[in-house]
Amino acid sequence: MPEARVIPLDGGRAQTSPRRRKTDKADAVLDPVLPAPEASDLERKLAGALAFVRRRITGDYSVDDFGFDPDLTDSVILPVLRPLYEKYFRIEVRGMENVPAEGGALIVANHSGTVPVDSAMTTVALHDHHPAKRHLRMLAADLVFTMPIVAPTARKSGATLACNEDAERLMKAGELVGVWPEGFKGIGKPFRERYKLQRFGRGGFVSAALRAGVPIVPCSIVGAEEIYPLVGNIPALARALGLPYIPITPFFPLLGPLGLLPLPSKWIIEFGEPIETDKIGPEGADDPMLVFNLTDQVRENIQQTLYKLLLARRSVFF
Amino acid sequence: MSARVVLVTGVSRYLGGRLAAELSADPSIDRLIGVDVVPPRADVGRTEFVRADIRNPIIAKVIASAQVDTVVHMSVIATPFGAGGRTAMKEINVIGTMQLLAACQKAPSVRKLVVKSTTAVYGSSSRDPALFTENMEPRGLPRSGYAKDSVEVEGYVRGLGRRRPDVDVTLLRFANFIGPTIDTPLTRYFALPVVPTVLGFDPRVQFLHEEDGLAVLRRAVIEDHRGTFNVAGDGVLLLSQAIRRAGRTSIGIPSPAVSLAGSLFRRTGLVDFSPEQLRFLQFGRGVDTTRLRTDFGYQPQHDTVSAFDAFVTGMGLTPIIDADRIEAAGRTVAALAGVGLGGIGRA
Repeated sequence: MPEARVIPLDGGRAQTSPRRRKTDKADAVLDPVLPAPEASDLERKLAGALAFVRRRITGDYSVDDFGFDPDLTDSVILPVLRPLYEKYFRIEVRGMENVPAEGGALIVANHSGTVPVDSAMTTVALHDHHPAKRHLRMLAADLVFTMPIVAPTARKSGATLACNEDAERLMKAGELVGVWPEGFKGIGKPFRERYKLQRFGRGGFVSAALRAGVPIVPCSIVGAEEIYPLVGNIPALARALGLPYIPITPFFPLLGPLGLLPLPSKWIIEFGEPIETDKIGPEGADDPMLVFNLTDQVRENIQQTLYKLLLARRSVFF
Repeated sequence: MSARVVLVTGVSRYLGGRLAAELSADPSIDRLIGVDVVPPRADVGRTEFVRADIRNPIIAKVIASAQVDTVVHMSVIATPFGAGGRTAMKEINVIGTMQLLAACQKAPSVRKLVVKSTTAVYGSSSRDPALFTENMEPRGLPRSGYAKDSVEVEGYVRGLGRRRPDVDVTLLRFANFIGPTIDTPLTRYFALPVVPTVLGFDPRVQFLHEEDGLAVLRRAVIEDHRGTFNVAGDGVLLLSQAIRRAGRTSIGIPSPAVSLAGSLFRRTGLVDFSPEQLRFLQFGRGVDTTRLRTDFGYQPQHDTVSAFDAFVTGMGLTPIIDADRIEAAGRTVAALAGVGLGGIGRA
């Protein structure tokens, strides 16, 4: 195992002490650096960045079986998303106490906004505003894993294919799993249907949660509908490209690349009370009526919360 | 039941030879017969070498006359190079297996069959689950090369299992072998100075240390483990990460150009880039080894990362990008920036 060296940033005044590198620690970003007492915050950040670059060059980081790369997520992906979360959409989070601090759970949320920015923002919310700094493991559509650049980035940020095998494996391993059961029907719906929940798939997420015996936490996201108001679609082109839709918004493709800028709506993400599944037991997954009822219950819960939040919201942008 | 007369096919190849050498040190085995088309170059201990082609019915005579009770089938080959082209490779793999299994079925002395297969039978696609268990079906059946041959071989092996329920069939699906000495298309791939990858994709890869693979094969022969088992080191590496750990640089090639580059590479004979392997370089693959650890009772000594590191050290791969130099450069820049910015801060 290679020795990590402390990087003297203040002309050699910092004490160098060799330390063992922790390869399996996600938060090793700040760890190998022992700042001298007078080292400034900026110097610490620089040293952290250098240590990060070194880890990336030598491949000295670890990913889990799903390809999740906590080092990259914490050092690059989340910091990139954070300004969007804090400054641009000014997201307010409610009900974080409903998300368990440890063990598996399934976050079920509404999907909207033409581009899945809502999933990314939910990830930031759970990491930055949950006391346990939880990483959300998103279940993503097949299409994501066929696209160059998108596919590896999704896996590295914690996503995996939305299939029962992966969902169950993650939840049984005690991970926090996020699912957007409306899928493309939700994210690609016309603007006039905003905040109307679409069909919740076939309830596969409920049976996976039942088999894993983890609670289902409903999550309602308000604000994402307005970022790219989808007013039209080019179905022929979408079919030709193998995509679910080609969006037309009031600004795209009219304004070209400028039209890609999302509207700065004000968001609220509310986590509802968890629905416990451990009392039902894994055999409940084989009872279609029970699964349908639970699916409806989760869907109704999210829909009602959306109406409540919309009533309370002062305006779309403030 | 303890093995007494063991027949190993593919004994002149690296793993076959290593297995024969290990088994010949085992006193519980009375007789050890090694079969291949060329004599083994490595030391195979007290193995009796029989020069035979398993595509030829002569193999049935060998099994019958020696009263073989355990057959270890290891001559399914992964690349068309040694075989003399894809047609010959397919013939050796599929027709050879059919002949061998036909001989096993006819021989009442045969009690056990151990087959070396591959996790490539799960294919590689964007719709794959993160980890395949032994019960899962591939999302898209492999359509070419080694993977397709292996799917067909497994089909014939299952057929034998049905027709001869008294034969214990152990089907071992190995992940990519790697280690300090083994030579495979993948080890040659990682030894390239500039490693070609598919632009915009970074697949998960799983490795198995050669010693772990041999230990599993040896146990499958000596102990009784009926069934199908995935054999792989714990954990995964990303392809980009593996390339960096090997100190190589990579070049991303857009996927339409990759098949072209693949055929060019194939012609040079350096690296085999079959369409199957190209899909693997795009989507990767992972398998679940719970059954190996619980039912088979073997915990691999090396995980994927340490197996790969053993390969890097064993091959003496020297980094093309020197991390120390980069760090030194970074330190200089940071020191300058730190001094400069510190000065501004203090001013």
